[in-house]
Amino acid sequence: MSEQKDLNHQLNLRKQQDENQYLTFMMAGEEYGLDILAVQEIRGWEDVTAIPNSPSFVKGAINLRGTIVPIIDLRLRFGIQSISYGPLTVVIVVSVQIREQQKVMGLVVDAVSDVYSISQEKAKDVPDFQDSDNGQYVHGLVNVGEKMVVLLNLAKVLDLNSKQVAQS
Amino acid sequence: MSIDLSQFFEVFFEESFEGLDAMESELLNLEPGTEDKETINTIFRAAHSIKGGSGTFGFTSVSDFTHVLETLLDQIRDGQRELTTEYVNLLLKSVDCLRTLLRALQAEETPDLEEANALRGKFEAILGMESASIPEDSSEVTADLALNTYQIDFKPKPHLFKTGNEPLFMISELGELGDIETKAFYDAVPDIQQLHPDECFLSWRFFLTTDKEQRAIEEIFEWVEDDAEITIGMCGGIFEGAGSDISEKREQQSEQKPVVQTPTAPAATNKELVKKAESKKSADSTTSNSIRVGIDKVDSLINMVGELVITQAMLSQIGEQEITESTITALQEGLAQLAHNTRDLQENVMRIRMLPISFVFSRFPRLVRDISQKLNKQVELKLLGEQTELDKTVMEKISDPMVHLVRNSLDHGLEIPEQRIAAGKDPVGTVTLNAFHQGGNIVIEIMDDGQGLNTEKIRQKAIDNGLIQAHEELSSDEVNELIFMPGFSTADEVSDISGRGVGMDVVRRNIQALNGSVEVSSARGLGSTFTIRLPLTLAILDGQLVQVAQHTYIIPLISIVESLQIDISKVSRVGKDLDVLRLRDEYIPILRLYDIFNHQGAIEELDKTLLVVVESDNHKVGLLVDDLLAQQQVVIKSLEANYQKVDGISGATILGDGRVSLIVDISGLIKLSGLKRPGSQELLVEQHSNEVA
Repeated sequence: MSEQKDLNHQLNLRKQQDENQYLTFMMAGEEYGLDILAVQEIRGWEDVTAIPNSPSFVKGAINLRGTIVPIIDLRLRFGIQSISYGPLTVVIVVSVQIREQQKVMGLVVDAVSDVYSISQEKAKDVPDFQDSDNGQYVHGLVNVGEKMVVLLNLAKVLDLNSKQVAQS
Repeated sequence: MSIDLSQFFEVFFEESFEGLDAMESELLNLEPGTEDKETINTIFRAAHSIKGGSGTFGFTSVSDFTHVLETLLDQIRDGQRELTTEYVNLLLKSVDCLRTLLRALQAEETPDLEEANALRGKFEAILGMESASIPEDSSEVTADLALNTYQIDFKPKPHLFKTGNEPLFMISELGELGDIETKAFYDAVPDIQQLHPDECFLSWRFFLTTDKEQRAIEEIFEWVEDDAEITIGMCGGIFEGAGSDISEKREQQSEQKPVVQTPTAPAATNKELVKKAESKKSADSTTSNSIRVGIDKVDSLINMVGELVITQAMLSQIGEQEITESTITALQEGLAQLAHNTRDLQENVMRIRMLPISFVFSRFPRLVRDISQKLNKQVELKLLGEQTELDKTVMEKISDPMVHLVRNSLDHGLEIPEQRIAAGKDPVGTVTLNAFHQGGNIVIEIMDDGQGLNTEKIRQKAIDNGLIQAHEELSSDEVNELIFMPGFSTADEVSDISGRGVGMDVVRRNIQALNGSVEVSSARGLGSTFTIRLPLTLAILDGQLVQVAQHTYIIPLISIVESLQIDISKVSRVGKDLDVLRLRDEYIPILRLYDIFNHQGAIEELDKTLLVVVESDNHKVGLLVDDLLAQQQVVIKSLEANYQKVDGISGATILGDGRVSLIVDISGLIKLSGLKRPGSQELLVEQHSNEVA
């Protein structure tokens, strides 16, 4: 019964305009969320072609139906210890506007988790990271039930020309 | 029923611009003063269709302006007037002016009429002052004031609809001029079985009472002059006309009823037209992205595809048979044929993108004419190799740099006639544009026989600007190379043609962005030559697949000089960690690809690897690879589109097995390896090798 109610509730919420849907994925035990509209597809991990002299988190490039798509390991991007890729490792292909250019990139994450509807208001609740490097990548933190989800600012995460990347 | 005319705008603009181009080139042909009737006719026709089109679409600013132009042309055509240089200049100016007007209209802006009005004034002055042959003004001023009744007989030919004309519009337009009575004749309409819905069987007689001049009526029918019999006559005063018409009017009303079927006929044609326009529009919506292709190219494509289909049918037939030795042979043959077909098809598809360079060259006669007049120089422009074909994208991007180089040659290169005579040269300077294919490149040369680059002056200027140090010793080629540095101009005066120093570096950058290069060679007093080298196409290249550690890279076949096994005895170490191979009389620096690209696990011993000697920007270097793999044509894909520029890599491609492979950019690699100081022409090793020698 409560499930039914919950579902209805969610459906209602979705109708409201200030609701955004987020796809969440797991990485090192944490749950992260992406704007679902940016997600193009989810694929399994496949071998990539290395790009010379690229930052360590750029694993390489794959052929996605004729376009060359760079693959980025989000663990390495955030400075988390990388793990070996297994059958569960997934690549989330996203299309993001970075500096006025639409780019398609793949993100390596541990596993895909869920889809939530989260109101804009709630999502804006960003704690002050005080200039910490990774802080700018966070679009907001929300609580879904018992769990906390980190909503990512993809345009920042994938901007490879930013200062942080240049330094690393 | 009304049609949304705006859907035809794009077509109109495209055609008008084409018309203007034609006018311009014909006008330039007229220059020597010998007037060829056909040429003037061509110009007249172009002007006429622009006028007609703009009138139809309500761009009165354009049509009014073209009208005066046309009147002058008409008089020249009829031999009432001599064509003078003054006229040609004026006409050329008006072509520019019309282009501006049309551009503004195309961008849906209100055009600036100032220039048009000024030019129009000039035309009118010419027409009014010298000519007594236009009586219209005096006689029609009086006609304007009185009400007149005209009898107009309009008998369209059956094919009227097919020319895209709609009598209904003309009639309603006519109605706007004044009181109109209409009588339709439908005796020519055949039985319904014989009736072609797209042919016009009707004719009309109108009685129009108006205060407008006859010219206004003629204008309405201007477009159908050739497709209909039209007689316009005045039928006395208003009272007479009205009186006699009343009875006819009654008749008409009864007669007009069966006419109802007429709208269906035009409706059908109109629908067709709209459809055509829509399909055309959808193709045109990306105007700058469209391409005109000769029908022969399309036909050959269709042939290719036909062959491909046959091969496919053959292969699938083999596939259904039991596998025996003979089917395998047949299969192999089929596959070979498929490969052949695919390559042919690919070549033909690529050829669609190729256009003759005359598209770019054609703008130069005008440019040279205008600039040489402004500078009081006498210039002859020679165009060579106009039929050389190159990729459309490359062509679009090369035209601006070329304009810049030509301007430079005219402004800085060529001397004024007095100087030329003093130097013992022909007072008429020559600028030559030459295009030809060389290997997989297209080479465009811009040559002038002017004074050449002033090496001393450039050197001094470079020292002043801090680009080089006063004590640096540079060869004259190196000095000439400096003109491509940002912020460099040796012109004493800044003119509006060139001299601001924002030129050559942009030229070079634009050309490099196309994977091309630009070089200058110059001899003092004899002239200079700028040589632009561009790849024929940006989409495809012949590649040599090489293996470096576990990675596969592609080296453009065009830049490979040779591949060889290293004779270790001929390798010497120069500097800290640079190996140089003495190959015949040259010293080839060895670049370890695995090192530059930071790959682990490659073969490091020189004698176990292969060396691919490549050439770029006149430098030879050897690339150390583990192994040579296949050679194949690869389609270049952008790595930048979704990622970013990678030094030493010009792009990516997809191999037969679906994997991505990266294409090596030789000149980028040389920079990356640190072999070349920024701005310098020589590789470090060349200096070393001089020492060694």
